[in-house]
Amino acid sequence: MSPMASEALVLGIETSCDETGIGIVRGSTLLADAVASSVAEHARYGGVVPEVASRAHLQAMVPTVHRACEQAGVQLSDVDAIAVTAGPGLAGALLVGVAAAKAYALALDKPLYGVNHLSAHVSVDLLENGPLEEACVALLVSGGHSSILRVPRVGGLELTELGATLDDAAGEAFDKVARLLGLGFPGGPLIDRAARDGDPASIAFPRGLSGASDPAFAFSFSGLKTAVARWVEARQRAGEPVPVNDVAASFQEAVVDVLTIKAVRAAREQGVDHLLLGGGVAANSRLRELAAERCAREGIRLRVPRPGLCTDNGAMVAALGAQLVQHGAPPSALDIPADSSMPIADVLM
Amino acid sequence: MLALVIDTSSAAVTAGVVDCAVDTAQGGPRVLSEQVIVNARGHGERLAPLIRQALAEAGAGMIDLTAVIAGVGPGPFTGLRVGLVTAAAISDARGIPAYDVCSLDAIAAGTVEPRRLLVATDARRREVYWARYVAGRRVGEPAVAKPADLPGEAEELADAMVGAGARLYADLLRLPLLDDVDHDYPAVRGLGLLAADRVRSGAPTEPLTPLYLRRPDAVEPVASKTVSQ
Ligand SMILES: Nc1ncnc2c1ncn2[C@@H]1O[C@H](COP(=O)(O)OP(=O)(O)OP(=O)(O)O)[C@@H](O)[C@H]1O
Ligand SMILES: [Mg+2]
Repeated sequence: MSPMASEALVLGIETSCDETGIGIVRGSTLLADAVASSVAEHARYGGVVPEVASRAHLQAMVPTVHRACEQAGVQLSDVDAIAVTAGPGLAGALLVGVAAAKAYALALDKPLYGVNHLSAHVSVDLLENGPLEEACVALLVSGGHSSILRVPRVGGLELTELGATLDDAAGEAFDKVARLLGLGFPGGPLIDRAARDGDPASIAFPRGLSGASDPAFAFSFSGLKTAVARWVEARQRAGEPVPVNDVAASFQEAVVDVLTIKAVRAAREQGVDHLLLGGGVAANSRLRELAAERCAREGIRLRVPRPGLCTDNGAMVAALGAQLVQHGAPPSALDIPADSSMPIADVLM
Repeated sequence: MLALVIDTSSAAVTAGVVDCAVDTAQGGPRVLSEQVIVNARGHGERLAPLIRQALAEAGAGMIDLTAVIAGVGPGPFTGLRVGLVTAAAISDARGIPAYDVCSLDAIAAGTVEPRRLLVATDARRREVYWARYVAGRRVGEPAVAKPADLPGEAEELADAMVGAGARLYADLLRLPLLDDVDHDYPAVRGLGLLAADRVRSGAPTEPLTPLYLRRPDAVEPVASKTVSQ
């Protein structure tokens, strides 16, 4: 038997926010990544409306599963296990995915794995860069979280948070600043684009929690957001045009500067050879660039998934599920809840 | 010719198995099992194990099912979706058709009804989901309203009423209540009865569209606020 054939075929379901993501992996090989997004329906509200997201998940579920099976060239009956995001996320949205996963598991008579969305964000990398059988440090930066983690094994059951944001998540800061610059929603990709035509050194925005006595691995982005707002308002009051691209570039630089300095320092202090990026903000082009630069300087190897796998998707859930299967983790029971505030250290429900 | 029956449109989480090849004396398929837990917040956790129990009680496996029947509401959104996505996924995984039944119709079908019947379920926010039936047929579409706002005088509307909403707001709805708790929620027999013909004839699968009857709560932001205050 080829090693491929002995690896588990796992279907992953992700519905924690506004993307219905279905991924299929075999071991650490990505076979399908189908996403149906309701983001356009939320745009006019300037943020995700939970009930709108939940309705969209219900509608998209079965068609997206079909799309994924077609992409992967597999039948549902070939699947060895079902993995699903059990939390954290929007309660009603999570519930659609969890209920669907239970139904597929029950109907196919296959084990169910209710996994942590954040662990999934930092596991998706192995689909591109292969399994990592040693400890690493992960920088998880997304719409709701910004944390530095020690990960003993990617896709394993253990993980320790070394530090986290004390207020806004990095992605949240991108979204809020984009809104105040009138760029739209979601803001991350729009700031990323605007920043390409701006000067990152034009405005000196503050680097939160960067003092010698500040917690080494904690972040704070709400002061930065306020500083950007003040700067923009001062310009407007003076009747001067707002240099959107320069503001975007300078803001972005402030965020990624702090993120990369702290993440690299954590990797060094933990004595690991690899720094891993995950979460929607890891799609940011400047974060990737600066992280690569600073890692190279420190002799640390950077692992970062392609941008399309950084934001929410089902492949990351399937990837984590496949690791759990492979390492004999106990499946979840059919009565597991969807936990909107599932702790980051709980990898499996 | 076994069908799995699911309804999560009310505070009850309901799963059962009916045999559509058999027509019982009361009319409709034979109920082989019926599992009910009343827990308004328990749909997500309870439904899947309940389906497993309902199958076991019926002495059946997933492989024996020829169809899935689901109550599509109206009902509170979050719980309703659990039943519908479950039914849709089972139908998909087993390659068997899914059929929808209006959950209020199922309650009406489960009663030995008077000529004119009002079915009302709890829509929360002090409202009911309701529909009217004359000689066993629904008149118009199901709707959501405050109990006091149902059209016309009570006695013009119906001869009697049934359902958890009717029980809850009996004083406001002022109609004789069919006082049998078995009729508070959609039951397996009523759901099975209304889909049995489709199961027997192998009708094409249906999309299981939820009857929400309410728009999502969402407010578009007014003018952008000053952020720095
Ligand atoms: N190129 C980019 N640059 C910066 N931020 C980005 C980029 N692309 C996406 N983002 C941000 O990533 C966030 C979305 O990421 P993700 O999908 O991981 O978050 P989430 O699932 O909503 O939150 P969480 O994972 O914490 O539950 C948004 O805040 C978005 O603005
Ligand atoms: Mg996410």
